Amino acid sequence: MTTEPEDSQPSRLHTVISTAERLAGSIFILPTVLALLLLSIFPLLASLYVSLARFKIARGGFTLNFVGLDNYQKLFLGSERTHFLGSFAPSTPVSWIVFGVVAVALAIFLARYLLKARVSIGGLIGRLFLILGLGGLTWMLVHTLWSGGRLGTVSTTLVYVFVGIFFQYILGLSLAMLTVQNLPGRRFFRVVFLLPMMITPVGVAYMFRMLTDTSKGPFTPIWQALGLVDFSWVNNAWGARTAILIADIWQWTPFMFIVLVAALESQPVEPLEAATVDGANHWQIFQHITWPAILPVSMTLILIRLIEAFKIVDLPNVMTNGGPGTATQSLTYHAFINWRALDLGASAAVAYMLLFLVTFFGMIFVNLIRQRTVETL
Amino acid sequence: MKRWFQSKSLNTPSPVGAVLSYLILGVWAFLILFPLYWLVVTSLKISSQVAEGPFYIPFVDFKPSLDAWRYILVGDLSNDTLRTFTNTLIVAPISALLALMLGATAAYALVRFEYRPRVGMILTFIGCLALSIFAIYVGVPWQIAFAVSVAVFIIILQTIGRRFKRALGNNDIAFWMISQRMLPPIAVVIPIYILFQRLHLLDTYAALIITYVTSNLPIVIWLMRDYISTIPIELEECAAIDGASRYRIFWSIVLPLAIPGLVATFLFVLVFTWNEYLLALFLSSANTQTLPLVIAAQNATRGPQWWNMSVLILIMIVPVIVIAIVLERYITRGLLIGAVKG
Repeated sequence: MTTEPEDSQPSRLHTVISTAERLAGSIFILPTVLALLLLSIFPLLASLYVSLARFKIARGGFTLNFVGLDNYQKLFLGSERTHFLGSFAPSTPVSWIVFGVVAVALAIFLARYLLKARVSIGGLIGRLFLILGLGGLTWMLVHTLWSGGRLGTVSTTLVYVFVGIFFQYILGLSLAMLTVQNLPGRRFFRVVFLLPMMITPVGVAYMFRMLTDTSKGPFTPIWQALGLVDFSWVNNAWGARTAILIADIWQWTPFMFIVLVAALESQPVEPLEAATVDGANHWQIFQHITWPAILPVSMTLILIRLIEAFKIVDLPNVMTNGGPGTATQSLTYHAFINWRALDLGASAAVAYMLLFLVTFFGMIFVNLIRQRTVETL
Repeated sequence: MKRWFQSKSLNTPSPVGAVLSYLILGVWAFLILFPLYWLVVTSLKISSQVAEGPFYIPFVDFKPSLDAWRYILVGDLSNDTLRTFTNTLIVAPISALLALMLGATAAYALVRFEYRPRVGMILTFIGCLALSIFAIYVGVPWQIAFAVSVAVFIIILQTIGRRFKRALGNNDIAFWMISQRMLPPIAVVIPIYILFQRLHLLDTYAALIITYVTSNLPIVIWLMRDYISTIPIELEECAAIDGASRYRIFWSIVLPLAIPGLVATFLFVLVFTWNEYLLALFLSSANTQTLPLVIAAQNATRGPQWWNMSVLILIMIVPVIVIAIVLERYITRGLLIGAVKG
């Protein structure tokens, strides 16, 4: 924090002002820190305790019996295993090859770090976590994605998150680039493009259920032409997942779009003009001026969407009821099912696993990707 | 021939580029507007018309009826609609403004000040928290437990707190803040319910506003941090040399220059609070119910009432669209033109 040079004979008012100046750093941030502390610590600890307990309705209320790690054990080894992790197919040459490639990449990543001059304990532990986590997730994915395996709620959530964010970002950036051009009517497009975000998520989910209905929805003639009259999204796992992904992309592209528009619009104009005078083409201007300018905002956007997308629940709940089977269930939906069945302990355990997963990817994103791209500019 | 591909100025596309741009923009606009058109059409149908299959154009394909609109706006549901609409109109803008104010100051602080919270201090804090929880668990009244642990915290901080050397940085603080959004709402909603029950704040505007402000603060902080860091620091240095205080600099230099970011962020938070469903379901009952609850309630025992749902969704978007149209003009270029010479 900064300290201001003090006068030799400060008047009373002057003292007050300089004290206020000195404390500015704290005054600016304290309200926020206190608000977050007060309202977040209690729910965090309470749900941690619930995840270690068994909830029972008893006479005149409920009881919570401490059961240790039982709820977590159930997810990884017990009755919830296929639901949570998926059913594993036997290893095939293809899965070995994919897993081998990832393992080698992770080994190279670790070796490069160890060969560097400065290795710290914290950095080493963090990287070991990353390798174990990514290795485990890859092992799970290669055994559930094809040849008889079935995706669990973890893998389904990962599919939603990464495929969804990829398309949302690409679409949002392209549309933002197009609407910052000097085109008549661009304000109309901007407001229209914002619309999907303004509909309440439950509403979007019901709307897409109407649209994807193969006998009463607006696309019925198309389904009939393709011979899919009796076909329903509820019968095909990847069809149902695609429908949910399309709805998710439709709903959240505006978020990327409007932030990127604001970022592009607040770019200083002088460097662009200078580059044009020097004869740079569009691609060069984008690569060397625009892209570095919007990169920090993009990283923030992707991080926020990463955190929010992991919590997807309304779309699968309303559009497919999680079906066929458990194919479209996300982690939050899994927690919701346990919660509806009054198994609050299992529900909190799933929620905490989700928290670990998001923290894992968030840490990777912030510590490796964001720092490398933003801070080396 | 060549002039078709040549742009007149930096920001104006060439004729061919303009045509291509309009084509892409038009396709996406259609993809956005068609589902909304379907909502409008559905809102004009009665139940048998929805059940019989797709009808696209009112008057041509089917005979439109205003039954659903009447039911929602002047009929049986009109009291509910009006009440929840007013509640939403009160809660969402207030929460969004408060979150924006708090979040923007914190974001500015994280960009321009350097904080070094000591690891030891945080550990002491967690220890004292554990102490008070243990005390309450054993049976000490919570007021005493709380007072004692605060006292212990301050004593440790004042005596041996200065010895702790390891410290965290601004990025760690920011990550801690965004991590508050990582737990799914389904896991935190019961503890929050119990919290507000103890405070006797259930079914009040205060409960909704407090929860919405704190849950949206991290997003405001992260977005505003990036916008504020693009403001040239030279401007602030000049003002500081002229004798402006930190508060003055923040209020009359940083905030005006960050208006595009502020407007975009305000829109998000407004939309998030406007549409929030799960927390509202738990924290509000008769007095402060918000609109999303009414929409979800249309999936009744008789199956989803598509026509009522469509009307409600459409009514719910209108105010946000108006606000978006009004605010959109502030997300414009040129606030920083000529700000820094050199």
